[in-house]
Amino acid sequence: MPRKLMSMQDAVARFVHDGDTIVIEGFTHLICFAAAHEIIRQRRRDLTVCRLTPDLIYDQLIGAGCVRKLIFSWAGNPGAGPLYNFRRAVEQGIPNKIELEEYSHYGMVGRLTAGAAHLPFFPLRNYLGSDLPNVNTLIKTVACPFTGEELAAVPALNPDVAIIHAQRVDENGNAQIWGLLGVQKEAAFASKRTIVVAEEIVLESVIRSDPNRTLIPGLIVDAVVCEPFGCHPSYAQGYYDRDNDFYVRWKKISEHVDGFNAYLDEWVFGVANRAEYVERMIESIEKLKAKANFCEPVNYGY
Amino acid sequence: MGTDDLGFTANELMVCEAARRLRDGEVVFVGIGLPNLACNLARRLYAPKLVLIYESGAIGAEPERLPISIGDPALVTNSLSVCSMFDVFTFYLQRGLIDVGFLQGAQIDRFGNLNTTVIGNYQRPKVRLPGSGGACEIAIHAKRVVVIAPQSKRSFPERVDFVTSPGFVASGQTRKGLGMPGGGPAAVITNLGAYEFADGEMILKSLHPGCTIEQVRDNIGWEVKISSNIRTTNIPTPDELRVLRAELDPTHLFI
Repeated sequence: MPRKLMSMQDAVARFVHDGDTIVIEGFTHLICFAAAHEIIRQRRRDLTVCRLTPDLIYDQLIGAGCVRKLIFSWAGNPGAGPLYNFRRAVEQGIPNKIELEEYSHYGMVGRLTAGAAHLPFFPLRNYLGSDLPNVNTLIKTVACPFTGEELAAVPALNPDVAIIHAQRVDENGNAQIWGLLGVQKEAAFASKRTIVVAEEIVLESVIRSDPNRTLIPGLIVDAVVCEPFGCHPSYAQGYYDRDNDFYVRWKKISEHVDGFNAYLDEWVFGVANRAEYVERMIESIEKLKAKANFCEPVNYGY
Repeated sequence: MGTDDLGFTANELMVCEAARRLRDGEVVFVGIGLPNLACNLARRLYAPKLVLIYESGAIGAEPERLPISIGDPALVTNSLSVCSMFDVFTFYLQRGLIDVGFLQGAQIDRFGNLNTTVIGNYQRPKVRLPGSGGACEIAIHAKRVVVIAPQSKRSFPERVDFVTSPGFVASGQTRKGLGMPGGGPAAVITNLGAYEFADGEMILKSLHPGCTIEQVRDNIGWEVKISSNIRTTNIPTPDELRVLRAELDPTHLFI
Protein backbone atom coordinates (compact mmCIF):
# COMPACT_ATOMS: atom_id res chain seq x y z
CA MET A 1 0.00 0.00 0.00
CA PRO A 2 1.46 3.41 -0.93
CA ARG A 3 2.37 5.77 1.88
CA LYS A 4 -0.38 8.36 2.34
CA LEU A 5 1.44 10.72 4.68
CA MET A 6 2.88 13.63 2.68
CA SER A 7 3.40 17.40 2.68
CA MET A 8 0.61 19.78 1.64
CA GLN A 9 2.76 20.77 -1.31
CA ASP A 10 2.91 17.16 -2.53
CA ALA A 11 -0.77 16.46 -1.80
CA VAL A 12 -1.95 19.44 -3.86
CA ALA A 13 0.57 18.76 -6.64
CA ARG A 14 -0.56 15.12 -6.92
CA PHE A 15 -4.29 15.35 -6.36
CA VAL A 16 -5.54 18.82 -7.36
CA HIS A 17 -5.35 19.56 -11.09
CA ASP A 18 -6.31 22.50 -13.30
CA GLY A 19 -9.97 22.22 -14.29
CA ASP A 20 -10.88 19.95 -11.35
CA THR A 21 -14.08 20.19 -9.32
CA ILE A 22 -13.04 20.51 -5.70
CA VAL A 23 -14.76 20.73 -2.34
CA ILE A 24 -13.01 22.04 0.77
CA GLU A 25 -15.73 21.68 3.41
CA GLY A 26 -16.18 22.71 7.04
CA PHE A 27 -19.09 24.85 8.26
CA THR A 28 -17.33 27.77 9.99
CA HIS A 29 -15.37 25.05 11.83
CA LEU A 30 -12.31 23.21 10.42
CA ILE A 31 -11.99 25.19 7.18
CA CYS A 32 -8.62 24.24 5.74
CA PHE A 33 -7.08 27.56 4.70
CA ALA A 34 -3.67 25.84 4.53
CA ALA A 35 -4.89 23.83 1.52
CA ALA A 36 -6.38 26.85 -0.27
CA HIS A 37 -3.15 28.81 0.17
CA GLU A 38 -1.15 25.96 -1.34
CA ILE A 39 -3.60 25.78 -4.28
CA ILE A 40 -3.07 29.52 -4.83
CA ARG A 41 0.72 29.14 -4.55
CA GLN A 42 0.66 26.36 -7.15
CA ARG A 43 -1.47 28.64 -9.35
CA ARG A 44 -4.23 26.17 -10.13
CA ARG A 45 -6.69 27.50 -12.71
CA ASP A 46 -10.25 26.87 -13.99
CA LEU A 47 -11.38 25.14 -10.82
CA THR A 48 -15.03 24.49 -10.10
CA VAL A 49 -15.23 25.07 -6.35
CA CYS A 50 -18.10 23.71 -4.24
CA ARG A 51 -18.97 24.69 -0.68
CA LEU A 52 -22.13 25.61 1.20
CA THR A 53 -20.50 28.79 2.49
CA PRO A 54 -17.66 30.02 0.25
CA ASP A 55 -16.39 32.00 3.26
CA LEU A 56 -13.02 33.81 3.10
CA ILE A 57 -11.38 30.63 1.83
CA TYR A 58 -13.12 30.67 -1.58
CA ASP A 59 -13.11 34.48 -1.61
CA GLN A 60 -9.32 34.12 -1.64
CA LEU A 61 -9.36 31.45 -4.36
CA ILE A 62 -11.69 33.63 -6.46
CA GLY A 63 -9.59 36.78 -5.96
CA ALA A 64 -6.42 34.86 -6.84
CA GLY A 65 -7.94 33.84 -10.19
CA CYS A 66 -8.14 30.08 -9.49
CA VAL A 67 -11.90 29.75 -9.99
CA ARG A 68 -14.04 29.29 -13.11
CA LYS A 69 -17.27 28.28 -11.41
CA LEU A 70 -18.77 28.38 -7.91
CA ILE A 71 -21.40 25.93 -6.63
CA PHE A 72 -22.73 27.24 -3.30
CA SER A 73 -25.59 28.27 -1.04
CA TRP A 74 -24.46 31.26 1.08
CA ALA A 75 -21.67 33.63 0.03
CA GLY A 76 -21.02 36.07 2.86
CA ASN A 77 -18.43 36.78 5.53
CA PRO A 78 -20.20 35.14 8.50
CA GLY A 79 -21.14 37.79 11.04
CA ALA A 80 -19.00 40.42 9.30
CA GLY A 81 -20.41 41.49 5.91
CA PRO A 82 -19.93 40.63 2.25
CA LEU A 83 -17.21 38.74 0.36
CA TYR A 84 -15.60 41.39 -1.79
CA ASN A 85 -13.67 39.19 -4.24
CA PHE A 86 -16.84 37.17 -4.86
CA ARG A 87 -18.83 40.35 -5.46
CA ARG A 88 -16.17 41.87 -7.74
CA ALA A 89 -16.12 38.68 -9.83
CA VAL A 90 -19.93 38.52 -10.09
CA GLU A 91 -20.64 42.25 -10.47
CA GLN A 92 -17.57 43.35 -12.52
CA GLY A 93 -15.79 40.25 -13.79
CA ILE A 94 -12.65 40.99 -11.72
CA PRO A 95 -10.20 39.18 -11.85
CA ASN A 96 -12.38 37.02 -14.11
CA LYS A 97 -16.05 36.27 -14.57
CA ILE A 98 -17.22 33.27 -12.59
CA GLU A 99 -20.18 31.06 -13.33
CA LEU A 100 -22.59 30.60 -10.41
CA GLU A 101 -24.66 27.53 -9.60
CA GLU A 102 -26.73 28.36 -6.58
CA TYR A 103 -28.80 26.34 -4.11
CA SER A 104 -29.93 26.65 -0.50
CA HIS A 105 -27.99 24.85 2.24
CA TYR A 106 -30.33 21.87 2.20
CA GLY A 107 -29.99 21.63 -1.58
CA MET A 108 -26.18 21.49 -1.27
CA VAL A 109 -26.40 18.95 1.56
CA GLY A 110 -28.70 16.86 -0.65
CA ARG A 111 -26.37 17.05 -3.66
CA LEU A 112 -23.41 15.75 -1.66
CA THR A 113 -25.54 13.12 0.09
CA ALA A 114 -26.74 11.70 -3.25
CA GLY A 115 -23.15 11.80 -4.51
CA ALA A 116 -21.91 9.95 -1.42
CA ALA A 117 -24.71 7.36 -1.70
CA HIS A 118 -24.05 6.73 -5.41
CA LEU A 119 -27.60 7.77 -6.27
CA PRO A 120 -28.49 10.10 -9.17
CA PHE A 121 -30.44 12.68 -7.18
CA PHE A 122 -31.75 13.69 -3.77
CA PRO A 123 -35.46 14.38 -3.18
CA LEU A 124 -36.44 17.07 -0.70
CA ARG A 125 -39.47 19.16 0.26
CA ASN A 126 -38.19 22.55 -0.74
CA TYR A 127 -38.11 25.52 -3.16
CA LEU A 128 -41.92 25.93 -3.32
CA GLY A 129 -42.60 29.58 -4.05
CA SER A 130 -38.90 30.44 -4.28
CA ASP A 131 -37.24 31.96 -7.36
CA LEU A 132 -34.18 29.70 -7.00
CA PRO A 133 -35.48 27.05 -9.47
CA ASN A 134 -36.06 29.87 -12.01
CA VAL A 135 -32.33 30.71 -12.07
CA ASN A 136 -30.97 27.19 -11.62
CA THR A 137 -32.49 24.65 -14.00
CA LEU A 138 -30.78 21.80 -12.13
CA ILE A 139 -33.35 22.22 -9.35
CA LYS A 140 -36.18 20.06 -10.68
CA THR A 141 -39.23 18.25 -9.38
CA VAL A 142 -40.00 14.56 -9.16
CA ALA A 143 -43.23 12.72 -8.38
CA CYS A 144 -43.16 10.27 -5.48
CA PRO A 145 -43.80 6.80 -7.04
CA PHE A 146 -45.88 5.80 -4.00
CA THR A 147 -48.05 8.81 -3.21
CA GLY A 148 -47.70 10.99 -6.30
CA GLU A 149 -46.54 13.93 -4.16
CA GLU A 150 -44.39 16.35 -6.09
CA LEU A 151 -40.99 16.87 -4.48
CA ALA A 152 -37.96 18.98 -5.33
CA ALA A 153 -34.92 17.12 -6.64
CA VAL A 154 -31.28 18.11 -6.89
CA PRO A 155 -28.63 16.14 -8.80
CA ALA A 156 -25.79 14.20 -7.18
CA LEU A 157 -22.53 16.10 -6.82
CA ASN A 158 -19.34 14.06 -7.23
CA PRO A 159 -16.29 16.33 -6.97
CA ASP A 160 -12.87 15.20 -8.17
CA VAL A 161 -11.26 16.06 -4.84
CA ALA A 162 -12.42 16.64 -1.26
CA ILE A 163 -10.13 18.32 1.23
CA ILE A 164 -11.22 17.77 4.83
CA HIS A 165 -9.55 19.07 7.96
CA ALA A 166 -9.78 16.85 11.06
CA GLN A 167 -8.56 17.23 14.61
CA ARG A 168 -6.66 13.95 14.46
CA VAL A 169 -5.91 11.23 11.94
CA ASP A 170 -3.73 8.15 11.77
CA GLU A 171 -1.31 7.68 8.91
CA ASN A 172 -3.81 5.53 7.01
CA GLY A 173 -6.31 8.38 6.96
CA ASN A 174 -8.79 7.32 9.66
CA ALA A 175 -9.94 10.78 10.67
CA GLN A 176 -11.67 11.85 13.88
CA ILE A 177 -13.67 15.06 14.09
CA TRP A 178 -15.69 16.54 16.94
CA GLY A 179 -17.59 19.78 17.30
CA LEU A 180 -19.53 21.01 14.27
CA LEU A 181 -19.56 18.28 11.62
CA GLY A 182 -20.99 20.24 8.67
CA VAL A 183 -21.08 18.07 5.51
CA GLN A 184 -17.54 16.73 5.69
CA LYS A 185 -18.57 13.07 5.73
CA GLU A 186 -20.86 13.50 2.73
CA ALA A 187 -18.22 15.53 0.85
CA ALA A 188 -15.52 12.91 1.42
CA PHE A 189 -17.69 9.94 0.38
CA ALA A 190 -18.99 11.85 -2.67
CA SER A 191 -15.54 12.69 -4.04
CA LYS A 192 -13.25 10.63 -6.25
CA ARG A 193 -10.15 11.52 -4.21
CA THR A 194 -9.88 12.71 -0.61
CA ILE A 195 -7.10 14.57 1.17
CA VAL A 196 -7.35 14.61 4.96
CA VAL A 197 -5.43 17.35 6.75
CA ALA A 198 -5.16 17.24 10.54
CA GLU A 199 -3.94 19.08 13.57
CA GLU A 200 -2.23 15.90 14.77
CA ILE A 201 -1.15 12.56 13.40
CA VAL A 202 -1.88 9.92 16.05
CA LEU A 203 -1.29 6.20 16.38
CA GLU A 204 -3.94 3.86 15.03
CA SER A 205 -4.43 2.68 18.63
CA VAL A 206 -5.65 6.19 19.59
CA ILE A 207 -8.25 6.06 16.81
CA ARG A 208 -9.26 2.53 17.84
CA SER A 209 -9.78 3.66 21.44
CA ASP A 210 -12.75 5.81 20.32
CA PRO A 211 -14.14 4.38 17.06
CA ASN A 212 -17.47 6.26 17.16
CA ARG A 213 -15.58 9.48 16.62
CA THR A 214 -14.10 8.41 13.28
CA LEU A 215 -16.01 10.43 10.68
CA ILE A 216 -13.95 9.49 7.64
CA PRO A 217 -12.42 6.03 7.24
CA GLY A 218 -8.94 5.62 5.79
CA LEU A 219 -10.30 3.42 3.04
CA ILE A 220 -11.56 6.46 1.09
CA VAL A 221 -8.51 8.64 1.88
CA ASP A 222 -5.67 9.16 -0.62
CA ALA A 223 -3.44 11.60 1.22
CA VAL A 224 -2.81 12.52 4.85
CA VAL A 225 -1.24 15.88 5.71
CA CYS A 226 -0.22 17.11 9.16
CA GLU A 227 -0.80 20.85 9.42
CA PRO A 228 -1.11 22.32 12.93
CA PHE A 229 -3.14 25.57 12.90
CA GLY A 230 -4.03 24.70 9.31
CA CYS A 231 -7.50 26.26 9.66
CA HIS A 232 -6.57 29.73 10.90
CA PRO A 233 -8.51 32.12 10.75
CA SER A 234 -11.17 29.37 11.04
CA TYR A 235 -10.94 27.16 14.12
CA ALA A 236 -10.53 23.64 15.45
CA GLN A 237 -12.65 22.78 18.48
CA GLY A 238 -10.45 21.94 21.43
CA TYR A 239 -7.33 23.32 19.68
CA TYR A 240 -7.85 26.99 18.87
CA ASP A 241 -10.66 29.54 18.62
CA ARG A 242 -11.90 31.30 15.51
CA ASP A 243 -9.96 34.50 14.79
CA ASN A 244 -13.06 36.68 14.70
CA ASP A 245 -10.93 39.84 14.54
CA PHE A 246 -9.39 38.62 11.30
CA TYR A 247 -12.84 37.93 9.82
CA VAL A 248 -13.80 41.52 10.69
CA ARG A 249 -10.51 42.85 9.25
CA TRP A 250 -11.18 40.99 6.00
CA LYS A 251 -13.40 43.90 4.89
CA LYS A 252 -10.45 46.32 4.99
CA ILE A 253 -8.06 43.80 3.46
CA SER A 254 -10.26 42.74 0.55
CA GLU A 255 -12.45 45.77 -0.14
CA HIS A 256 -10.02 46.89 -2.86
CA VAL A 257 -7.98 44.73 -5.23
CA ASP A 258 -4.70 46.30 -4.08
CA GLY A 259 -5.31 45.41 -0.44
CA PHE A 260 -6.19 41.86 -1.36
CA ASN A 261 -3.10 41.45 -3.55
CA ALA A 262 -0.92 42.82 -0.76
CA TYR A 263 -2.45 40.17 1.54
CA LEU A 264 -1.66 37.42 -0.98
CA ASP A 265 1.92 38.68 -1.38
CA GLU A 266 2.53 38.71 2.33
CA TRP A 267 0.62 35.70 3.65
CA VAL A 268 0.36 33.31 0.69
CA PHE A 269 3.14 33.93 -1.86
CA GLY A 270 5.38 35.40 0.86
CA VAL A 271 5.60 32.12 2.80
CA ALA A 272 6.79 28.73 1.58
CA ASN A 273 4.22 26.74 3.55
CA ARG A 274 1.83 26.76 6.50
CA ALA A 275 4.59 26.34 9.06
CA GLU A 276 6.10 29.64 7.97
CA TYR A 277 2.67 31.33 8.11
CA VAL A 278 2.17 30.07 11.66
CA GLU A 279 5.68 31.13 12.69
CA ARG A 280 5.05 34.64 11.41
CA MET A 281 1.66 34.84 13.14
CA ILE A 282 2.63 33.01 16.30
CA GLU A 283 1.63 35.78 18.73
CA SER A 284 -1.98 36.09 17.56
CA ILE A 285 -2.29 32.32 17.19
CA GLU A 286 -1.06 31.68 20.74
CA LYS A 287 -3.87 33.90 22.03
CA LEU A 288 -6.45 31.73 20.28
CA LYS A 289 -5.44 28.45 21.96
CA ALA A 290 -8.45 26.60 23.39
CA LYS A 291 -9.23 26.15 27.06
CA ALA A 292 -9.67 22.58 28.28
CA ASN A 293 -13.21 21.23 28.44
CA PHE A 294 -12.96 17.42 28.42
CA CYS A 295 -15.90 15.05 28.10
CA GLU A 296 -16.60 12.21 30.50
CA PRO A 297 -14.90 9.09 29.14
CA VAL A 298 -17.17 6.31 27.84
CA ASN A 299 -16.62 2.60 28.33
CA TYR A 300 -16.20 0.63 25.08
CA GLY A 301 -15.68 -2.61 26.99
CA TYR A 302 -17.96 -5.66 26.95
CA MET B 1 -36.74 56.62 15.54
CA GLY B 2 -36.76 58.62 18.69
CA THR B 3 -36.37 55.93 21.30
CA ASP B 4 -32.79 56.75 22.33
CA ASP B 5 -33.97 59.52 24.64
CA LEU B 6 -36.42 57.03 26.20
CA GLY B 7 -33.50 55.10 27.68
CA PHE B 8 -33.19 52.27 25.14
CA THR B 9 -32.23 51.85 21.51
CA ALA B 10 -34.35 50.68 18.58
CA ASN B 11 -32.36 47.43 18.44
CA GLU B 12 -33.01 46.76 22.13
CA LEU B 13 -36.73 47.29 21.65
CA MET B 14 -36.79 45.01 18.59
CA VAL B 15 -34.95 42.25 20.47
CA CYS B 16 -37.32 42.45 23.47
CA GLU B 17 -40.42 42.49 21.27
CA ALA B 18 -39.14 39.38 19.44
CA ALA B 19 -38.19 37.61 22.69
CA ARG B 20 -41.73 38.00 24.08
CA ARG B 21 -43.13 36.13 21.10
CA LEU B 22 -41.34 32.91 22.08
CA ARG B 23 -43.12 30.43 24.33
CA ASP B 24 -41.55 28.07 26.85
CA GLY B 25 -40.68 24.66 25.45
CA GLU B 26 -40.66 25.79 21.84
CA VAL B 27 -37.94 24.75 19.43
CA VAL B 28 -36.31 27.72 17.70
CA PHE B 29 -34.06 27.85 14.65
CA VAL B 30 -31.80 30.73 15.63
CA GLY B 31 -30.09 33.26 13.38
CA ILE B 32 -27.02 35.26 14.32
CA GLY B 33 -27.18 38.89 15.52
CA LEU B 34 -30.47 40.26 16.88
CA PRO B 35 -32.39 36.93 16.61
CA ASN B 36 -29.72 35.23 18.68
CA LEU B 37 -30.06 37.92 21.34
CA ALA B 38 -33.85 37.60 21.32
CA CYS B 39 -33.71 33.82 21.78
CA ASN B 40 -31.13 33.95 24.55
CA LEU B 41 -33.05 36.75 26.28
CA ALA B 42 -36.25 34.71 26.16
CA ARG B 43 -34.39 31.67 27.51
CA ARG B 44 -33.05 33.67 30.46
CA LEU B 45 -36.31 35.44 31.37
CA TYR B 46 -39.47 33.88 29.96
CA ALA B 47 -38.82 30.52 28.41
CA PRO B 48 -36.18 28.50 30.30
CA LYS B 49 -37.07 25.37 28.33
CA LEU B 50 -36.67 27.04 24.92
CA VAL B 51 -34.57 24.76 22.70
CA LEU B 52 -32.08 26.69 20.60
CA ILE B 53 -31.07 25.03 17.33
CA TYR B 54 -28.45 26.54 15.04
CA GLU B 55 -28.20 25.45 11.40
CA SER B 56 -24.56 24.61 12.04
CA GLY B 57 -25.77 21.54 13.94
CA ALA B 58 -25.76 22.66 17.59
CA ILE B 59 -28.92 21.45 19.33
CA GLY B 60 -29.93 22.81 22.73
CA ALA B 61 -27.05 25.27 22.72
CA GLU B 62 -26.41 27.39 25.81
CA PRO B 63 -23.64 29.71 24.58
CA GLU B 64 -21.58 31.29 27.36
CA ARG B 65 -20.41 34.11 25.13
CA LEU B 66 -22.19 36.00 22.36
CA PRO B 67 -21.73 33.94 19.19
CA ILE B 68 -20.25 36.04 16.38
CA SER B 69 -21.06 33.51 13.70
CA ILE B 70 -23.60 30.73 13.40
CA GLY B 71 -20.77 28.23 13.70
CA ASP B 72 -19.19 29.69 16.82
CA PRO B 73 -17.37 27.10 18.98
CA ALA B 74 -19.25 28.43 22.05
CA LEU B 75 -22.43 26.89 20.57
CA VAL B 76 -20.86 23.45 20.78
CA THR B 77 -19.42 23.53 24.31
CA ASN B 78 -22.07 22.13 26.71
CA SER B 79 -24.83 21.84 24.08
CA LEU B 80 -27.24 18.87 24.20
CA SER B 81 -26.23 17.46 20.85
CA VAL B 82 -24.09 18.32 17.86
CA CYS B 83 -25.17 16.76 14.61
CA SER B 84 -24.33 16.97 10.93
CA MET B 85 -26.08 19.46 8.67
CA PHE B 86 -27.86 16.56 6.98
CA ASP B 87 -29.40 15.72 10.36
CA VAL B 88 -30.35 19.34 11.13
CA PHE B 89 -32.12 19.94 7.85
CA THR B 90 -33.59 16.45 7.42
CA PHE B 91 -34.47 15.18 10.89
CA TYR B 92 -35.16 18.47 12.66
CA LEU B 93 -36.40 20.96 10.05
CA GLN B 94 -37.99 18.81 7.32
CA ARG B 95 -39.30 16.39 9.94
CA GLY B 96 -41.37 19.29 11.31
CA LEU B 97 -39.75 19.81 14.71
CA ILE B 98 -39.09 23.55 14.37
CA ASP B 99 -41.70 25.86 15.91
CA VAL B 100 -40.10 29.21 15.16
CA GLY B 101 -37.57 30.25 12.53
CA PHE B 102 -35.90 33.64 12.60
CA LEU B 103 -35.09 35.19 9.22
CA GLN B 104 -33.63 38.43 7.94
CA GLY B 105 -33.55 39.95 4.49
CA ALA B 106 -32.23 42.83 2.43
CA GLN B 107 -35.80 43.14 1.14
CA ILE B 108 -39.20 42.01 2.39
CA ASP B 109 -42.52 42.63 0.65
CA ARG B 110 -46.16 42.90 1.72
CA PHE B 111 -46.63 39.12 1.56
CA GLY B 112 -43.58 38.45 3.71
CA ASN B 113 -41.41 37.17 0.84
CA LEU B 114 -37.73 37.69 1.62
CA ASN B 115 -34.84 38.49 -0.70
CA THR B 116 -31.25 37.72 0.30
CA THR B 117 -30.02 36.95 -3.24
CA VAL B 118 -29.69 39.99 -5.53
CA ILE B 119 -30.70 43.62 -5.87
CA GLY B 120 -31.63 44.10 -9.53
CA ASN B 121 -31.48 41.45 -12.22
CA TYR B 122 -30.13 38.00 -11.27
CA GLN B 123 -27.84 37.74 -14.30
CA ARG B 124 -26.50 41.30 -13.99
CA PRO B 125 -27.09 42.28 -10.37
CA LYS B 126 -26.62 45.78 -9.00
CA VAL B 127 -25.69 44.20 -5.69
CA ARG B 128 -24.94 40.54 -5.25
CA LEU B 129 -26.13 39.44 -1.79
CA PRO B 130 -25.06 36.21 -0.01
CA GLY B 131 -27.98 34.00 -1.14
CA SER B 132 -30.29 31.62 0.69
CA GLY B 133 -28.19 29.70 3.17
CA GLY B 134 -30.82 27.76 5.09
CA ALA B 135 -33.41 30.53 4.80
CA CYS B 136 -35.45 29.06 1.92
CA GLU B 137 -36.12 25.76 3.72
CA ILE B 138 -36.65 27.48 7.08
CA ALA B 139 -39.31 29.72 5.44
CA ILE B 140 -41.02 26.64 4.02
CA HIS B 141 -40.86 24.35 7.07
CA ALA B 142 -40.88 26.35 10.33
CA LYS B 143 -44.34 26.44 11.95
CA ARG B 144 -43.98 30.20 12.10
CA VAL B 145 -41.37 32.71 10.99
CA VAL B 146 -40.34 35.89 12.79
CA VAL B 147 -38.46 38.60 10.90
CA ILE B 148 -36.43 41.37 12.54
CA ALA B 149 -35.54 44.10 10.03
CA PRO B 150 -35.00 47.87 10.05
CA GLN B 151 -37.57 49.49 7.80
CA SER B 152 -37.06 51.74 4.75
CA LYS B 153 -38.70 52.23 1.34
CA ARG B 154 -35.77 50.38 -0.26
CA SER B 155 -35.87 47.40 2.08
CA PHE B 156 -39.69 47.17 2.18
CA PRO B 157 -40.62 47.38 -1.55
CA GLU B 158 -43.99 46.36 -2.95
CA ARG B 159 -42.31 43.38 -4.67
CA VAL B 160 -38.92 41.93 -3.78
CA ASP B 161 -36.42 41.70 -6.67
CA PHE B 162 -35.98 37.98 -5.99
CA VAL B 163 -37.94 35.58 -3.78
CA THR B 164 -35.23 33.70 -1.90
CA SER B 165 -37.47 32.58 0.95
CA PRO B 166 -41.21 32.45 0.34
CA GLY B 167 -43.72 34.11 2.65
CA PHE B 168 -47.30 34.03 1.43
CA VAL B 169 -45.88 34.40 -2.11
CA ALA B 170 -48.67 36.45 -3.72
CA SER B 171 -52.16 37.68 -3.24
CA GLY B 172 -54.75 34.92 -3.50
CA GLN B 173 -52.28 32.04 -3.18
CA THR B 174 -52.15 29.99 -0.02
CA ARG B 175 -49.11 28.24 1.39
CA LYS B 176 -51.19 25.07 1.85
CA GLY B 177 -52.27 25.26 -1.77
CA LEU B 178 -48.63 25.43 -2.79
CA GLY B 179 -47.83 22.47 -0.54
CA MET B 180 -45.73 24.29 2.05
CA PRO B 181 -45.73 22.48 5.42
CA GLY B 182 -44.86 25.52 7.60
CA GLY B 183 -47.19 28.32 8.62
CA GLY B 184 -45.18 31.20 7.14
CA PRO B 185 -44.37 34.62 8.51
CA ALA B 186 -46.13 35.47 11.76
CA ALA B 187 -44.43 38.71 12.75
CA VAL B 188 -42.18 41.38 11.28
CA ILE B 189 -40.51 43.60 13.85
CA THR B 190 -38.95 46.80 12.58
CA ASN B 191 -37.45 49.92 14.15
CA LEU B 192 -40.87 51.63 13.82
CA GLY B 193 -43.43 49.00 14.73
CA ALA B 194 -44.51 45.38 14.81
CA TYR B 195 -46.51 43.76 12.01
CA GLU B 196 -48.47 40.55 11.86
CA PHE B 197 -50.22 38.93 8.89
CA ALA B 198 -53.91 38.87 7.99
CA ASP B 199 -55.04 36.96 4.88
CA GLY B 200 -51.38 36.59 3.95
CA GLU B 201 -50.63 40.31 4.03
CA MET B 202 -48.59 42.39 6.47
CA ILE B 203 -50.64 44.54 8.84
CA LEU B 204 -49.28 47.03 11.38
CA LYS B 205 -50.33 45.92 14.88
CA SER B 206 -48.26 48.17 17.12
CA LEU B 207 -46.24 51.37 16.91
CA HIS B 208 -43.06 51.78 18.92
CA PRO B 209 -43.12 54.65 21.43
CA GLY B 210 -42.18 57.93 19.76
CA CYS B 211 -42.96 56.62 16.24
CA THR B 212 -45.82 57.80 14.03
CA ILE B 213 -48.02 56.32 11.31
CA GLU B 214 -46.52 58.93 8.93
CA GLN B 215 -43.05 57.57 9.59
CA VAL B 216 -44.32 54.06 8.89
CA ARG B 217 -45.93 55.17 5.59
CA ASP B 218 -42.79 57.10 4.57
CA ASN B 219 -40.69 54.01 5.02
CA ILE B 220 -42.70 51.34 3.24
CA GLY B 221 -43.21 50.72 -0.48
CA TRP B 222 -46.94 50.03 -0.55
CA GLU B 223 -50.24 51.22 0.93
CA VAL B 224 -49.79 49.36 4.20
CA LYS B 225 -52.73 47.97 6.15
CA ILE B 226 -53.08 49.27 9.68
CA SER B 227 -54.90 47.40 12.42
CA SER B 228 -58.07 49.10 13.70
CA ASN B 229 -57.00 48.48 17.30
CA ILE B 230 -53.39 49.54 16.95
CA ARG B 231 -51.46 49.75 20.22
CA THR B 232 -48.14 51.07 21.45
CA THR B 233 -45.36 48.50 21.67
CA ASN B 234 -44.38 47.63 25.24
CA ILE B 235 -41.08 49.19 26.14
CA PRO B 236 -38.19 47.02 27.37
CA THR B 237 -38.33 46.26 31.09
CA PRO B 238 -35.36 47.01 33.38
CA ASP B 239 -34.80 43.24 33.68
CA GLU B 240 -34.66 42.81 29.92
CA LEU B 241 -32.23 45.70 29.51
CA ARG B 242 -30.00 44.44 32.31
CA VAL B 243 -29.72 40.93 30.83
CA LEU B 244 -29.15 42.32 27.33
CA ARG B 245 -26.52 44.87 28.29
CA ALA B 246 -24.71 43.18 31.14
CA GLU B 247 -24.87 39.52 30.13
CA LEU B 248 -25.75 38.92 26.49
CA ASP B 249 -24.04 41.72 24.58
CA PRO B 250 -21.70 43.49 27.01
CA THR B 251 -19.55 44.98 24.21
CA HIS B 252 -22.65 46.27 22.36
CA LEU B 253 -21.80 44.42 19.20
CA PHE B 254 -25.41 44.14 18.06
CA ILE B 255 -27.46 46.40 20.37
